[in-house]
Amino acid sequence: MFHFSRGKIIAIAITLLAGVLMALPNLFSASTVAKWPDWVPKKQMRLGLDLQGGAHLLLAMDSDQLRKDWLDSLRDDARKTLVSDAKIPASVTVRGGAVVVRLTRPEQIDQAMRELRKIQTSLGNAFTGSTGTDVDITRGEGGTITVAPTEAGFLQRQANAASAAIETINRRINALGTAESTVVRQGRDRILVQYPGLQDTTQLKELLGKTARLSFHEVNPQLTVEDVRQQGRPPAGWKIFPSEEPGAPAYLLRETPVVPGDELVDAQPGFDQQTNQPIITFRFNQQGARKFGRFTQANVGRPFAIVLDDKVLSAPVIQTAILGGSGQISGNFTVESANTLAVQLRSGALPVKLTIAEERTVGPSLGADSIAAGKMAALIGTAGVIAFMVFAYGTFGIFAIIAVLFNLILIVGTMSGIGSTLTLPGIAGLVLTVGMAVDANVLIYERIREELRNGKTPISAIDSGFRTAFGTIIDSNLTTLIAGLVMFWLGSGPIRGFAVTLSIGIMTTVFTAFTVTRLLVAEWVRLQRTRRIPAPL
Amino acid sequence: MGEAAAHETHPGAALTADIRKGKRTMFFKGVDFWPHNTTYPIMSFRRYCIGISWVLALLSAVLLFSKGLNFGVDFKGGSLFEVQSTSGPINIADLRSRLSGLGIGDVQIQSVSVPTDALIRVEKRPDDKAQQEAVTKIEAALKPNIQIRRTEVVGGAVSDELKQAGILAVVSAIIGILLYIWFRFEWQFGVAAILALLHDTLIVLGAFSLLNLEFGLSEVAAVLTLAGYSINDTVVVFDRIRENLRKYKRMDLEKLMDQSINETLSRTVLTATTTFIAVLSLYVFGTEVIRGFSFAMLFGIVIGTWSSIFVASPFLLWVGVNRDWSGASSGSSKVEAKTP
Repeated sequence: MFHFSRGKIIAIAITLLAGVLMALPNLFSASTVAKWPDWVPKKQMRLGLDLQGGAHLLLAMDSDQLRKDWLDSLRDDARKTLVSDAKIPASVTVRGGAVVVRLTRPEQIDQAMRELRKIQTSLGNAFTGSTGTDVDITRGEGGTITVAPTEAGFLQRQANAASAAIETINRRINALGTAESTVVRQGRDRILVQYPGLQDTTQLKELLGKTARLSFHEVNPQLTVEDVRQQGRPPAGWKIFPSEEPGAPAYLLRETPVVPGDELVDAQPGFDQQTNQPIITFRFNQQGARKFGRFTQANVGRPFAIVLDDKVLSAPVIQTAILGGSGQISGNFTVESANTLAVQLRSGALPVKLTIAEERTVGPSLGADSIAAGKMAALIGTAGVIAFMVFAYGTFGIFAIIAVLFNLILIVGTMSGIGSTLTLPGIAGLVLTVGMAVDANVLIYERIREELRNGKTPISAIDSGFRTAFGTIIDSNLTTLIAGLVMFWLGSGPIRGFAVTLSIGIMTTVFTAFTVTRLLVAEWVRLQRTRRIPAPL
Repeated sequence: MGEAAAHETHPGAALTADIRKGKRTMFFKGVDFWPHNTTYPIMSFRRYCIGISWVLALLSAVLLFSKGLNFGVDFKGGSLFEVQSTSGPINIADLRSRLSGLGIGDVQIQSVSVPTDALIRVEKRPDDKAQQEAVTKIEAALKPNIQIRRTEVVGGAVSDELKQAGILAVVSAIIGILLYIWFRFEWQFGVAAILALLHDTLIVLGAFSLLNLEFGLSEVAAVLTLAGYSINDTVVVFDRIRENLRKYKRMDLEKLMDQSINETLSRTVLTATTTFIAVLSLYVFGTEVIRGFSFAMLFGIVIGTWSSIFVASPFLLWVGVNRDWSGASSGSSKVEAKTP
């Protein structure tokens, strides 16, 4: 108990020093720390969104839409492969979560099966080595073939959609400013966006609220929407699109766009030179420019429609052929909405509609209040515990307090070192640790008092106090550690922050109780310079 | 002994100057205020203590089943806004009239300790889109003199998941703790400790239900921390019981438990005090966000301390303990074993 080898003392000192060095940057501002020499640790504890203020948005991808879009594109692929390319007449429809192909001549089924396999992709799994396909193609009765998506195929599609969405979101968010936002996938169909320091989330939500799929469509020159409504069904390949403005008339447009939105390379907000209304100017890539040029050349004097997310933004009449590949969109824009739409168009369409499943926002002023409240609670709490420990144990109480202060430094140092985030519940965890950490000292000191009462000499009482309390301290702390680890495993956000401080706090508590306190007590005993030391407690 | 006893006769923060071999070492003792060598016959009133605990636990269970917990947005879904008036104290009546008739379902307004602030709760809307529409309407209705300081909007799917995760967390923490105690002690200790833990958790939840306090994610964290704290407290007592079982092979079990509880009493009280001081400071100075958390901890410390002194050991007596400590699990010398 009283003997510490030189090596041990050095090891303890190095650990504590490392803790102090790692905790130190938190006392200074980031700009001061940046000027420090390279060999000094510079990592600061990151503040959680609840302390620095910011927005936490959990976005859910619309899985039903994803499934439907996939079936539609499978149908188009099947139609193209069979009917257009291989000239096998068949009807291809989506029915009950699968694409059903009905051959006009059932005897062509073998050939059709061969052709359809071309749209099947195999999925490799690097971990299990298993392979599968994204769709199952099965032969049915009387010349029918079913092309059904597999679950594995859908999962892959979902993963692809998620990573494409994350890229788009990142591009859109970057337009808001250069904050250190993070966008990550969570679970299968969720994306978590964290944007620190944002007070008003309206703009952020607006930016993410639209898929922004832009396309340019031909307007039916003969039929009007009224005609179609009377007839009941639009002719094959045509579809009614509602207008963006509520109440405005709908349009009958060709389903396949003249130019799809992904051939857009740039979009900027601007003003119309004549009317001074906000507009968006855009530019196509070469391929898009060629398609658009050819179309406008052939349709001068007729309207064409600009469609955003299946709604018609505007349907201007083509005045002259547009050959340069750039143009402008006018609509009912405000300066702000033109700006937002330009950002959305520039960053590309989202692969799927996103809804906000969870939103947590903390304004910077509340964050600052929370930090102040947390500091106050920590200071008063620590002062109270210090006063109580000194009152109850005197000099040894001071030893316990020194151990607890080192404990706090080690927690802060460890958290800075591993780059974990400090949240308000995390501060609560720190305060709680101060209260619970002295338990180790209480256990030891009460044991020493007990041994003294049992007639042991102070030296042997101290010795056995430390020794017998060890097992109890480990047992009691490990149970709390279990609770902490469970919280870390299942918790999210702030709770995880609490679990981290609590768990680190438990480990540092056990360490400081058996190094710092013991070293201080041993040193105190040595300073008495006699075997007959007075009872310290 | 003489020396120790001599010091005990005049406790207090007496400054003791010790001069030996020309070296003067100063130190002072603390106040050993908790009585020692007590022999409170705690086990003999176990019927009453367990009785009180049963009543409390039963009441809590009835409350939880009939009234249930007042779940926050985390578990129930819906929206919560912490708002602040930029023009002096907030006018709750005016706020209420501004928010009524928005067609967004049930809206509750609650004043808080800060006079300029208030909490607005809006019930869960049918889907995420409707939920966001409600948020937009609230934001518009609050303009221009009330600003939103905090928003929490949780959709139905997420709140269901959070609820499941919360239940899973509590259950796995309890199982984890049980397994650990089982491994370190004997199964009887594990069972008794878990019974005491369930007792604490149940009563704290009952208090939340009785006082209609909001129960959210951070309160689950408090319950889990409390589980750790309460078991920690119980383990210290059990550790001593085990130690005494090895020491006194023939002592009556009830007496042995009494002695163990009495011996650890000062530690139990002192640790409860320091933890209570720390949490009290959180409760007093903390913001709305951690008020529920610190309340759960404050109340939990009291209940946890009660249960480790008065409830855990009677449970252990009831489950029964193995008096044979001569086996491999003990390290002590072989003495004739005795089973109760």
